Amino acid sequence: MGGRILLIEDEGNILEAITFILSRAGWEVQGHGNGATALEAVGRVAPDVLVLDVMLPGRSGLEILRDLRAAPATAGLPVLMLTAKGQAKDRETAMELGANAYLTKPFSNAELLATVSRLAEAPAGTDGV
Amino acid sequence: MLSFDGLVAVCVVYVALLFGIAFLAEKRATEGKAGWLNSPVTYTLSLSIYTTAWTFYGAVGSAVRTGLEFLTIYLGPTLVFIGWFWLLRKMVRIGRAQRITSIADMISSRYGKSGGLAALVTVLAVLGATPYIALQLQSVALSFSAFARPGAFGTPDADQTAVWVAAGLALFTIVFGTRSLDLNERHPGLVSAIAVEAVVKLFALLAVGVFVVWGVADGPADMLARIEASPVSQAPWNGARWLGVTALAAAAILCLPRMFQVLVVENSDERHLATAGWAFPLYLLLISLFVVPIAVVGLGLEGAGSNPDLFVLTVPLALGQDGLALLVFLGGFSAATSMVIVAALALSTMLSNHIIMPIWLQITRHDDPMSGDMRRAALMARRLSILGVMFLGYGYYRLSGGADALADIGLIAFLGVAQILPALLGGILWRGATRVGAALGIGAGFAIWAWLLLLPNLAETGGLIPSVLEAGPFGLSWLSPATPLGLQATDPLLTAMVLSLGVNTFLFIFGSLVSFPSPLERLQGAQFVNVYDHSRPLYGWQGAAGAADDLLIMAQRILGAARAGRLFQQAAEAQGRTGDLPEPTPDFLERLERELSGSVGAATAHAMVAQIIGGASVSVRDLLAVADETAQIMEYSSQLEAKSTELAQTAARLREANTKLTELSRQKDAFLSQISHELRTPMTSIRAFSEILMQADPLDDTARARFSRIIHDESRRLTRLLDDLLDLSVLENGRVTLNEAEARLGDVLDRAIHAAGAQAGDGRLTLERDPEAEDVRLVTDADRLAQVFINLISNAQKYCDAEAPRLSIRVRQLPGRVEVDFTDNGSGIPPRQQALIFEKFARADSATGAPGAGLGLAISREIMARLGGGLVHVPSEKGARFRVRLPGRALRAA
Repeated sequence: MGGRILLIEDEGNILEAITFILSRAGWEVQGHGNGATALEAVGRVAPDVLVLDVMLPGRSGLEILRDLRAAPATAGLPVLMLTAKGQAKDRETAMELGANAYLTKPFSNAELLATVSRLAEAPAGTDGV
Repeated sequence: MLSFDGLVAVCVVYVALLFGIAFLAEKRATEGKAGWLNSPVTYTLSLSIYTTAWTFYGAVGSAVRTGLEFLTIYLGPTLVFIGWFWLLRKMVRIGRAQRITSIADMISSRYGKSGGLAALVTVLAVLGATPYIALQLQSVALSFSAFARPGAFGTPDADQTAVWVAAGLALFTIVFGTRSLDLNERHPGLVSAIAVEAVVKLFALLAVGVFVVWGVADGPADMLARIEASPVSQAPWNGARWLGVTALAAAAILCLPRMFQVLVVENSDERHLATAGWAFPLYLLLISLFVVPIAVVGLGLEGAGSNPDLFVLTVPLALGQDGLALLVFLGGFSAATSMVIVAALALSTMLSNHIIMPIWLQITRHDDPMSGDMRRAALMARRLSILGVMFLGYGYYRLSGGADALADIGLIAFLGVAQILPALLGGILWRGATRVGAALGIGAGFAIWAWLLLLPNLAETGGLIPSVLEAGPFGLSWLSPATPLGLQATDPLLTAMVLSLGVNTFLFIFGSLVSFPSPLERLQGAQFVNVYDHSRPLYGWQGAAGAADDLLIMAQRILGAARAGRLFQQAAEAQGRTGDLPEPTPDFLERLERELSGSVGAATAHAMVAQIIGGASVSVRDLLAVADETAQIMEYSSQLEAKSTELAQTAARLREANTKLTELSRQKDAFLSQISHELRTPMTSIRAFSEILMQADPLDDTARARFSRIIHDESRRLTRLLDDLLDLSVLENGRVTLNEAEARLGDVLDRAIHAAGAQAGDGRLTLERDPEAEDVRLVTDADRLAQVFINLISNAQKYCDAEAPRLSIRVRQLPGRVEVDFTDNGSGIPPRQQALIFEKFARADSATGAPGAGLGLAISREIMARLGGGLVHVPSEKGARFRVRLPGRALRAA
């Protein structure tokens, strides 16, 4: 299993945990902690899968997702949304904006790995990056 | 000469004739066929009650004694009717507009419906008129005795004659003066009888005059020659007296109750006054035309007797002209009776309205003035008053014993009623006139007049209390009527006139200037002075006939077309008329008013009907009543308005509460969402790392230790968060228990700095302190205060982004409080966030990855509120500055 994953997450400990889990499973993981510069990071890293936290300092994950879907280059990028707000409404909002998957914190490591793998294999009818 | 019986018979026939005329006139007036009754001639003739028996007989006597001075009595009224016509017109207009019933009512109405003032004027009028009525009775009795000789009825007893005359007059006045109670109603029967009497007395005097000029003398030329030769033309001229008596007569025509009755109350058409303006002076001229010739002839006639006051009668008798003498007798009788009738009517109205009824109402406390009981009582009061006035007059006549002094009573009575003049004129012309002024003026003038003239006259005629009057009360001679103020009065009448009217006028003006009128008085003042702005002229009874149309239109507006039409048609049928419109009879108007009042209120209904019928303007009383009704309606509608405002306010409050609840609910959701986030974030790390640790894949020791460390830190973070939440909950619900004790501010700061791990050399943050300033003794919960300080210090540790972070802690003692400022040297809090920093879970963007739920400032602020102080962010040029304010009660004097 290979591929590049961009992880945008402001909580250092969570960033470290996810990076460790995904790296050990064979993914190349790039971490990024700031919402405001997230789009630049996406352009620079050109990930196969984007793991995006909703609550970010600077810019909300949902806004970043909307901009990604609005840009042709990233419209088909598989995105996994992570959120600590457990409400169903948040999930709906994220799916409507074009997220490919959605995980509520805390999640199990297996769940995370399975979801990322699924997104990487079936990149939702786009040409990928 | 006629027998006494014959004379009595003639009198009876004459009186029966008057009754007949009065009945006829009354009947025609009720049927609405006023005809000659409602003519300016009748009105003018009715004014002739001014010339009483006193002038009818007495003018000749006066001419014999003082030459032409008798003319002053006629000159005064003539001047008023010609020169002051505008004043009469104004009085008549006011009388109609205000529905004035008497001179007392006029004064009382003007001065705010003052009952006391009305009673005062009434007493004054009765005192003035009683001797005058006595004088009339005396003249009738005298003329009887001068005329008649013993017959079948026995010798003519003057007293008996006077009794019968008084009784007859009382009967006549009661029959024609108190037929109905409508205060505003005129007395057409009575007035027409008086008009007839006026013709009789004028005709009688003219007949005697013609007889003496052409029958005794040889025409005017011879007459003039005789006058030249007679002592009458030699009478001395007294200018002051001429002036005084002329003025007095002028005042009397305005103030005499009986003149007010015929001039104002009985006036049915304002235009009649214009005719009277020239016709009444003409009447006076005619009646005085032959006074001097009769006097001259009487003086030169042997058989005319010694009493010049009876020359009018004795001259024809002495010359054997029995028929002419009988005419003169009837003329004198007419002059006397018409005066007495009208005076009795006017006085009884005043007595019953202003003295008897108020007392009766006080006693019985009837509050429904339209109840039948009340009407009967009022009528009875009126009738008793007439009898009372007659009895007073007769009593005075008996008391005076028919003395000659009665002749003076005419002018004395004039001066008495003239005391009303200042208040009357002032009331009509000057809005500033007040009740206090009127009462003071009339009261004082009345007292002076009574003391200087009335009492001495009573004493003279009745032999009463002469010694006190002579010497003055308490021996004070300057108070004696004979020498008032020490003056040796040559003419008591003129002295009294100047004194009483002078003091009266002065007090009236003075009292008016120093007192404040009541609102009603002010209103009435305006209504009187500006009467032409407030009323329409009254044009006779014929005006009412055309009013049925207007009434119908008005009724349709209020009752609706169908109901108004039915009402009018029924009334028309009941009256036996063919059309749809009924005659606006009093009955119908009353019914209409009742119907209307169901819809618009009684006062308004009355005012509306009054406006259309008769042209009588709406009186102030009506207006006030209308205002009352309107006020009630407005009160009701304002109550409704208040209710609806209340409803609107309730609705607004409900909306507000709803918004608040929605907001609270939203806040609760946001709060829960925040808590969820804050809890799930550390739990995510814990779960992830613990799963990694649990997995079989080997980990190096470093990684294992590191992950374990993270799990440990994150669980501590969770615990801290839960502690903070509980803390905040307790603080917000006010269930916190404070352990207040004495502490030193510096010690608390030391503890906080130590707990925050910010001791010198122990961390990155440099602290600047001022130990001297920190030496403040407090009584507070030191643990809680330390918690606040810890939070502020750790915030600086977390958020100060300077190269070399510094935190300065400055203590300031102010009157009643202490302020501790925590200022760092970082870039400060962006203005956008300043409003949010005290919100729960708010964290500055520049958080350098420091842990914390964002509850610190919220908790600190709550703590400071509990401690009675406060915590605020102070915007500053550079760096973040928080100010902890400690209350005065925490201070302990050092």
